[in-house]
Amino acid sequence: MLGTYYTFPELLIWIPLITGIAAIFIKNTKSIKTFALLSSIATLVISIISLFYSDIAHHPEYFYFNNVSYVWMPYIGSSFSVGLDGMGFLLTFLTAFSYPLIFAATYKSEFKNPNGFFALMLLSQAGIMGVFVATDALLFYFFWELALIPLYFLCSRWGGEKKIQATFKFFVYTFLGSLLMLVGIIYVYMHAPAVSADSAHSFSLNSFYHADLSAHQQGWLFWLFFAAFAVKIPIFPFHTWQPDVYEQSNYPSVMVLSGIMVKMGVLGMIRWLLPIFPSAVAKYSHIVIVLCVIGILYASCIALYQNDLKRFVAWSSIAHLGLMGAAVFSANTLGLQGVMLEMLNHGINILALWVIVDIIEKNTGVRKISELSGLAAKSPGLAIFLVIIAFANIALPLSNSFVSEFLMLNGLFEYNKWIAAFACLGIVLSAVYMLSMVQKTFYGKMNTLAEQAKKMSGGQGVVLFILVIAVLALGIYPEPVIHLTQSTVTNILSKVIIK
Amino acid sequence: MNAIIITALWGVVMMFGGVFFKKRTTANYWAIAGILIVLVANILEFFGHPFFNVDSRGMLRFDSLGLHFNTIIFICTLLFFLLNGRDVEKVGPHVSEYFSLMFFVLCGASILTSFNTLLLLFLGIEILSIPLYILTGSDKRNLKGNEASLKYLLMGAFSTGILLMGIALIYGGNSLGSFYIDSINLGQGHLLPLIAAGLVLLLVGMSFKVSAVPFHFWAPDVYDGAPAVFSSFMMTIVKIAAFFAFFRLFQNSFGTMHHEWQTLIAIITAATLLLGNITAVFQRSVKRMLAYSSLSHAGFLMFVLFALNDTAREGLLLYAAAYSLATIGIFAIIVKMNDYSIEGFNGFGKRQPLIAFTAVIFLLSLTGIPLTAGFTAKFYVLMAAIKDGHQLWLVILAVVCAAIGAIYYFRVIQAIYFKDPVEGVNEQLNVTAGFKWLLIITAALIILLGILPGLLIDWIYY
Repeated sequence: MLGTYYTFPELLIWIPLITGIAAIFIKNTKSIKTFALLSSIATLVISIISLFYSDIAHHPEYFYFNNVSYVWMPYIGSSFSVGLDGMGFLLTFLTAFSYPLIFAATYKSEFKNPNGFFALMLLSQAGIMGVFVATDALLFYFFWELALIPLYFLCSRWGGEKKIQATFKFFVYTFLGSLLMLVGIIYVYMHAPAVSADSAHSFSLNSFYHADLSAHQQGWLFWLFFAAFAVKIPIFPFHTWQPDVYEQSNYPSVMVLSGIMVKMGVLGMIRWLLPIFPSAVAKYSHIVIVLCVIGILYASCIALYQNDLKRFVAWSSIAHLGLMGAAVFSANTLGLQGVMLEMLNHGINILALWVIVDIIEKNTGVRKISELSGLAAKSPGLAIFLVIIAFANIALPLSNSFVSEFLMLNGLFEYNKWIAAFACLGIVLSAVYMLSMVQKTFYGKMNTLAEQAKKMSGGQGVVLFILVIAVLALGIYPEPVIHLTQSTVTNILSKVIIK
Repeated sequence: MNAIIITALWGVVMMFGGVFFKKRTTANYWAIAGILIVLVANILEFFGHPFFNVDSRGMLRFDSLGLHFNTIIFICTLLFFLLNGRDVEKVGPHVSEYFSLMFFVLCGASILTSFNTLLLLFLGIEILSIPLYILTGSDKRNLKGNEASLKYLLMGAFSTGILLMGIALIYGGNSLGSFYIDSINLGQGHLLPLIAAGLVLLLVGMSFKVSAVPFHFWAPDVYDGAPAVFSSFMMTIVKIAAFFAFFRLFQNSFGTMHHEWQTLIAIITAATLLLGNITAVFQRSVKRMLAYSSLSHAGFLMFVLFALNDTAREGLLLYAAAYSLATIGIFAIIVKMNDYSIEGFNGFGKRQPLIAFTAVIFLLSLTGIPLTAGFTAKFYVLMAAIKDGHQLWLVILAVVCAAIGAIYYFRVIQAIYFKDPVEGVNEQLNVTAGFKWLLIITAALIILLGILPGLLIDWIYY
């Protein structure tokens, strides 16, 4: 069995990393696209196999397929430790699942220097996988930055006119955020117990969970870590980079950014913030939740008035992520379980939205809502997909988001009913902006643009079909995901409450 | 001892060799041969085989840390000679004299890594500085260079005066009446007024040499005015040697009174970081930008003095190596270019893909992105400061400054990869395959130290 020689988390990092480096040397456009697609499918296969070995609670021997630690910098107590827990399985699967779809959906798109483009895409996948599996704080920080650098180059090189400034703002924001986290990491490290005799302290996740920090220390360390995660997610008022970057970047990068990379922030909060600083979480969670809820309402209101489809999706994404942030800090079982589910659902829904926006822009040449009208008559298939995805974004029953948003709102309600009431307003608003967008672009009178619109390609149709199936399947039967992540939720919550 | 004697001898050899060398390139080869001999001799001494046994009456002490630091200095110099040796020829007619002066600088640097008395410290600093005044003004036709040289000389002389005054006060103030840095060791307690005055003067004098704010006024002008090859040499090898002396002096002599002067260092560090980074953002010339950014790196190196613990010592080595390698690398490329402005780099990635790629690695390392040596170096100095536990605001300030640093370094990266070349400019660099290989080796070293800093640090404990 694979897991006996190489553990799954290692393979999930090495495959995209090695193929990413190899991709630089493939000059032919066609073969590089196929190569990237095959590489991402290989990662997906590994990820699916790993899911069969995910039940560590009932099969303790599976632990060794999913966790490994190599000596790296023993003199400071850092090791190359990677491991998968419930949340790790979920997010690595989301990553592995998204990349082939991204490559397939944009298979027909043309990029200058395709070898550089796909190499960077694969490297970004390696970095993101690393963030999801790292169980050593320093390694986590390494991957955290390594996921950012390829995307910085991707978004600055391939995109709209103002891409360089927009991406640069994004980079400086996140870089500052992560450096503040680095200070926090080193400080916690100085108070974390050692695991071996080589060094006085240790960077391992477990040591961090047992760090000896006073309530006062936790108080300011909390904000250092929060800065990094809040910028990445982004939580209001750290969101200002996001609409510009989404508007200016190319579609594959934006799919990675919005579908997967934001989950790095959520995972960071759940794995590296809540359990390490429990007393600070108790003290400050209300501030963060209020910020998140302001973000939901603010972003929803702005989404109502967006004319550019890309900016529209960007703002609607901020609203959804606000709810996730709030649910994380409600720190109860329902809320966290909802977040787990929503991380997967949000990834699927927003990926589908981007694919549709990409198709609209490719086939009509514009992405202004005001210039589009009556597309449904010309492409009924796309209209059906869009309506289903729009319903999923509004969280209608039977769609995947219904379950997760219901759980998250339930968790928030347990925390404070007034806050939950305001958060619910966000769902109402999302119905308003989503449906009005669908109505304006796809229904109504067919204009000349819609008449001349091209048909979507078969590949894009298949991708959307898979995503829609996933939306419905998770809406009807979310049990496997909940089962997968249950252990993580109880584990995290036990540390948040008891300590 | 090997390094001090051989560098001095080789400096003389190079100086007289100028008379006999027929071709201008010969001097370069001799210099490379010389630095190789010095490097090997130094490594032999590190492993316990000194060639010379001169009784210095304890005025020089060769410990593994100093010798290890020497190795870093010589490896950097070797890379510098290999990468930019041919560019030294373009500065002016006196090629072998330039190399000879650089060997004298190295002699001064070797004294600074092994001094054990204040007198030798003074000697080392002077031997290090005087050739630099000449090198700065070596391009006689360049007015800016002449101005820089004069400014450097005046400021340098002034700071040396302050340093000497400090030495005199310390000598008079300590109970033993001794120049030996160990015997100044003050023990716990409060500073006597005389010693305190001496300490502050020494601090000011050394801050001048490492270009820490507010004693930095000479630095940007000198680094910008001097021929680019020599700026690279001064910003790296000279600066790190001065830092090592600073560290050695303050750890051995005043280490026990650390808490008395730590706040002073904190203020200097904060000022250096802020001024260096903020001013660098507004520079349009890459050379001048790097001159200001070298102030910012001096700020990070000041953390070593701020923390003064074991981690700081490791951080000093790593930072010195990381900063020198990246700066030598990026300057090797700048020297070859005609246009020093940021726009001069537009479309560089298309014109010279391989060199551009290494340039980006150097810039990423200077910014402090993980996987490069620049990150591990910054990580270690920050860790040293946090381990010390005092004045954590300084660490926060430092990371904010590091983020500001990303602004100006990434502006060059943007020009290299994301901007189209200016119309009509299609400058091809005149470089050899060997030059490209050396750049790749330098970049590889940077990445290696970024992943396994232990390769460098472990030798301290040899």
